[in-house]
Amino acid sequence: MSFEPRILGFLCNWCSYAGADLAGVSRIQYPPNIRVIRVMCSGRVDPEFIFKALKLGIDGVIITGCHPGDCHYIEGNYEAVKKFELVQKLLSKLNMEKRIRLEWVSASEGNRFAEVITDFTNQIKELGPSPLSGKDLDMELMEKLEALEMAAESYRLRALVGRERKITEQENVYGEKYPKEKFDNLFDAAINNEYIRNRILLSLEKNPKSVKDLATQLNIDSKEILNHILVLKGRNQVAMEDIIENQPIYLNVMER
Amino acid sequence: MEKIGAVLIVGAGIGGSQAALDLGDAGYKVYLIESTTSIGGVMAQLDKTFPTNDCAMCIVSPKLVETGRHQNIDLHINCKIEEVSGEAGNFTIKILKKSLHINMDKCTGCGVCGQKCPVEAIDMFNEGLAKVKATSVKYPQAVPLVYAINKDYCIGCGVCEGVCKAEAVEYDLEDQEVEFNVGAIILAPGFEEFVPAEGNKYGYGKYKNVVTSIEFERILSASGPYTGKILRPSDGDVPEQVAFLQCIGSRDLREGQPYCSSVCCMYTCKEAVIAKEHMDQVNPTIFSMDVRAYGKDFDKYIIHAQEEYGVQYIRSRISSITEDSKTKDLILKYETEDGKIISEVFNMVVLAVGLNPPNDAEYLAEKFGIELNEYKFALTDVFNPVQTTRPGIFACGAFQSPKDIPETVTQASAAAGCVNQLLYEKTGTLITEKTLPPEIYVAGQPPRIGVFICHCGINIGGYVDVPDVKKYASNLPNVVLADRNLYTCSADTQTIIKNKIEEFHLNRVIVASCTPRTHESLFQETIREAGLNRYLFQMANIRDQCSWVHMHQPKEATQKAKDLVRMAVNKARNIIPLERIKLSVTPKALVIGGGITGMVAALNFASQEYETCLVEKEMELGGHAKHIYTTLEGGSVQDYLSDLIQKVNSNENLHVYTQAEIENIDGFIGNFKTTLIHGDRKERVEFDHGVVVVATGANEYQPKEYLYGKNPLVIKQSDFEKLINTTDDIKNKKSIVMIQCVGSRDEERPYCSKMCCAEAIKNAILTKEKYPGVEITILFRDIRTYGFKEKYYRQAREAGIIFLRYDEKNPPNVIANDSQLKVEVNTPTKEVININTDLLVLSAGIYADREENEVLAMMLKVPINDDNFFLEAHVKLRPVDFATEGIFVAGLAHCPKPIEDSISQANAAVSRACTILSKDEIEAEGKTAVVNMARCSGCGMCVENCAYNAIELIEDRRFGLIASINQALCKGCGACSGNCRCAAIDVLGFTGEQIYAMIKGRL
Repeated sequence: MSFEPRILGFLCNWCSYAGADLAGVSRIQYPPNIRVIRVMCSGRVDPEFIFKALKLGIDGVIITGCHPGDCHYIEGNYEAVKKFELVQKLLSKLNMEKRIRLEWVSASEGNRFAEVITDFTNQIKELGPSPLSGKDLDMELMEKLEALEMAAESYRLRALVGRERKITEQENVYGEKYPKEKFDNLFDAAINNEYIRNRILLSLEKNPKSVKDLATQLNIDSKEILNHILVLKGRNQVAMEDIIENQPIYLNVMER
Repeated sequence: MEKIGAVLIVGAGIGGSQAALDLGDAGYKVYLIESTTSIGGVMAQLDKTFPTNDCAMCIVSPKLVETGRHQNIDLHINCKIEEVSGEAGNFTIKILKKSLHINMDKCTGCGVCGQKCPVEAIDMFNEGLAKVKATSVKYPQAVPLVYAINKDYCIGCGVCEGVCKAEAVEYDLEDQEVEFNVGAIILAPGFEEFVPAEGNKYGYGKYKNVVTSIEFERILSASGPYTGKILRPSDGDVPEQVAFLQCIGSRDLREGQPYCSSVCCMYTCKEAVIAKEHMDQVNPTIFSMDVRAYGKDFDKYIIHAQEEYGVQYIRSRISSITEDSKTKDLILKYETEDGKIISEVFNMVVLAVGLNPPNDAEYLAEKFGIELNEYKFALTDVFNPVQTTRPGIFACGAFQSPKDIPETVTQASAAAGCVNQLLYEKTGTLITEKTLPPEIYVAGQPPRIGVFICHCGINIGGYVDVPDVKKYASNLPNVVLADRNLYTCSADTQTIIKNKIEEFHLNRVIVASCTPRTHESLFQETIREAGLNRYLFQMANIRDQCSWVHMHQPKEATQKAKDLVRMAVNKARNIIPLERIKLSVTPKALVIGGGITGMVAALNFASQEYETCLVEKEMELGGHAKHIYTTLEGGSVQDYLSDLIQKVNSNENLHVYTQAEIENIDGFIGNFKTTLIHGDRKERVEFDHGVVVVATGANEYQPKEYLYGKNPLVIKQSDFEKLINTTDDIKNKKSIVMIQCVGSRDEERPYCSKMCCAEAIKNAILTKEKYPGVEITILFRDIRTYGFKEKYYRQAREAGIIFLRYDEKNPPNVIANDSQLKVEVNTPTKEVININTDLLVLSAGIYADREENEVLAMMLKVPINDDNFFLEAHVKLRPVDFATEGIFVAGLAHCPKPIEDSISQANAAVSRACTILSKDEIEAEGKTAVVNMARCSGCGMCVENCAYNAIELIEDRRFGLIASINQALCKGCGACSGNCRCAAIDVLGFTGEQIYAMIKGRL
């Protein structure tokens, strides 16, 4: 039997959901793999929703909203873009970014809705089943995805996402426009750091480890690991448990 | 005679619908009469709208759905007016409801009849470009969604009766006469598009690739005949060179109408841009005379079209079109500005057709006893453009004069504003409030879910195995009842649902059928009538998004339907009753600005007995109008103004504060508190009110160019107006030169001031009348005498006033020359013309004061645009509302406009405000964002992200600085929640928990 992907769609009520309805009224056929969750605005789609879905083994997630400028809630879709970009950047670390997509579909684009869904369904078919579906779960990948999810939920990344438009498109508190390119670099670095830090935290949750242990396990330079450990210590998320053979052993002390 | 609290609205396009919604919301009974079979008018036919390129269907359809289901609006389609009698306050109306041959009450709009109809007929909505059946609905999103049999095409085969499971087809259904009483009438029948006559010089009708702009609009539309691909009708090729011809049937004494149709310059530019956007191969060229981009942000749009999309403008009127009979290409012949004759080949030609009065204008005028103007549009008052010649009858939209959507919406609200003024004592008298049983207490009880699955005739049942889905649903946890119905939306099923709720003690209800966009509120109403909170409802869309789109895969469609039902059940387990909080309303208004706009608004409020506070910063009322003597059409502004001021000063409900400054405005919709100081002694006043109208106006530009202020022979247009009206100083002048666009359409102020062309022409004509010997030359870039103002442009030229276009990149030079001035004019064709003149008059533009507006904007938490004018909630459909509820804008504060437009906006703002003030309390939507105080860190990001200013940071005794959401302002979009750093904000009705439950249900 051929692979029939399980796809989840978040559709904004005003444009895309109406566009999907129009596809129906016009009887435009598309593959039956999608299940739709209606939200009032694409800006409602919390990055967490996407991670929750992928962790459950869903093969693809698509978000559709009003075209730029058309948002029923003035600018919600611009917020959606920022959140989506964050998730996409995070998922690219696991080569899973192609499993999600953001598209604009208006209320009069029944055809386009069908095209988009057909295209996305084919794309997911080509990618094959999610590595997190089926019986033999790739636990390492799951842990990595979990680290990404935690990164997406982190104060730091959410604060950057929430303020990006204001400081790069309008003005920051100094009345200046912060250069987009600089922001992107900073944002990418933050994404990378938070991902690694969360991987460290997850690893230390299972058992305490030294910097070198972590470096070997995560395949990251030990100097970098040390820097992250210091930051995490500063955040009271890890603590030094012991020193064995001159190597401090760290422990995750977060409450979960 | 007893006044009646009901209103008749004729025409249910965007204008009629807006007026109906305003009045319905303000507590009047509304009879909305439409001659075709669905509402929405021309706007529903459009692909995109300028200048924002908004998708027309996206923005209009929620409004149409709301109109269709509004409990105070009685919608009658396929109607004709028969008789009108009575007078203002009490009219009797007789209408003829023509039979649809389909019973409206039974038709569910499922569309099977249309699919099975064997007779292919022409589809009006796609402008003859696609085919539909004799049984049809006008377009897929039509409101009301009922089918009609077109007797002109029907052959009477009887197929539709056979296939209609709802038994709605009744061939013998007869026309029906209906009579009702109303207090006022609003006429909004719209316009008829100009159709070039047979044998026209453009070859329309003869050459296949010559189409009208409205046909092209359907070609552009994703829901049109070519599904949004730009194809030419002759062979379906993509046309590369597309010519757009302006002024077809407009500004044309021989083959059309003498007036300007006001909207074609902009819609053509939009069509060119969208065509390019849809298909990059298309190269649009627009042939025009003047480019009349006089509205808010219009000039920017034109510049953008040229610079970003490569849209070409050629200033010329085409003299002839011929067709290459082989290629079906079109050869256009035209004269360039410097006199060369050019022949050019285009693959397709779009005619920008003008707006004619509605075909039945004379019929309507006769029935309603109103007068028409010389062009057969409704004749209205010079100062109140919605007042017809008969009291109690108002006109709005294109029937009053050709106009675009925002101006139509404004006038619709303005007409409603005038109705309010006439009938205010009768609001609420004819509407019936439903008495509902008390809500059953369900909190804490285990969910008892009832699932009703719809067959929708064969629309669902034909592809999805409904009995199987029912069986599946009945085994899901917490589902105590699964039922299936032929039509879940039919009236008898509503009774069944209510009975089952009682019988099975259901506390959550799911309907698996069509789309919540059109049907959710119907079912919510049903369960509420059975005593359940209306939010204890979920819908699964197994038709529009399942059976209809997987018709060839019944197995998969059935599986999908089960999944969708399971997801809905998962969510339903987590839903809770929500409360629509009620807020009291202070029935008082604050109007800021004592010019004409502010005074009209204040007087309208006050005459409806709403206590009103009018605030003016200057010593006296009157604003900008103090310097205007007449309108172009001949109305005496000074007489109107003094009459208005007298009425304002003598109204006992109106408090006028001059030399006033607002210190502070606090609060929100229904509950504002304002502090102001006023008068010489700087007295402080506090005022509670429910709404705010911003009518702060704008200023006349003080020129820095053309020796203004340095040479006494250079004066502003307003100074000239005073001279010509109050002195005879002009008598000795032999030559007068006027320069247009001074301080407008330049880098600093890239917008058109809209009124200057009319002002210049008005004063020039008056001067010529008084002193025929004076030579007057008007130097211009485009003459923008839109609409009926075109008449005066023609009159001016006939009077010998010279119009000379100057090169916008090379404006005139003015050189002082003893007792005269020398004006060097660089024409667009690089000629230099020298004029010696005794007086130079500068048509100075309008600008908004950034500092003043910023202060007020900050206080009200409303936005201003790049040009410092206030920014409305939506450029097209909410022209006088701010996104923040309870606050409105009118007049020059919004953008430059002539007096009559300002007056319309003032009345429109009042009408919008009356939808709030007429209620003792307003109900906020239940699905709003909520803050978990314990988790909130008070970072304030949500405050910035909220487009509606619904969130503020407050100091809480226990939790410190936290976000607080004003439920009255929250729209429930969820932008705050998705961004919250601490997961402290959730959205009721769409909570994270509910959505996770659905995600899990996907497996």
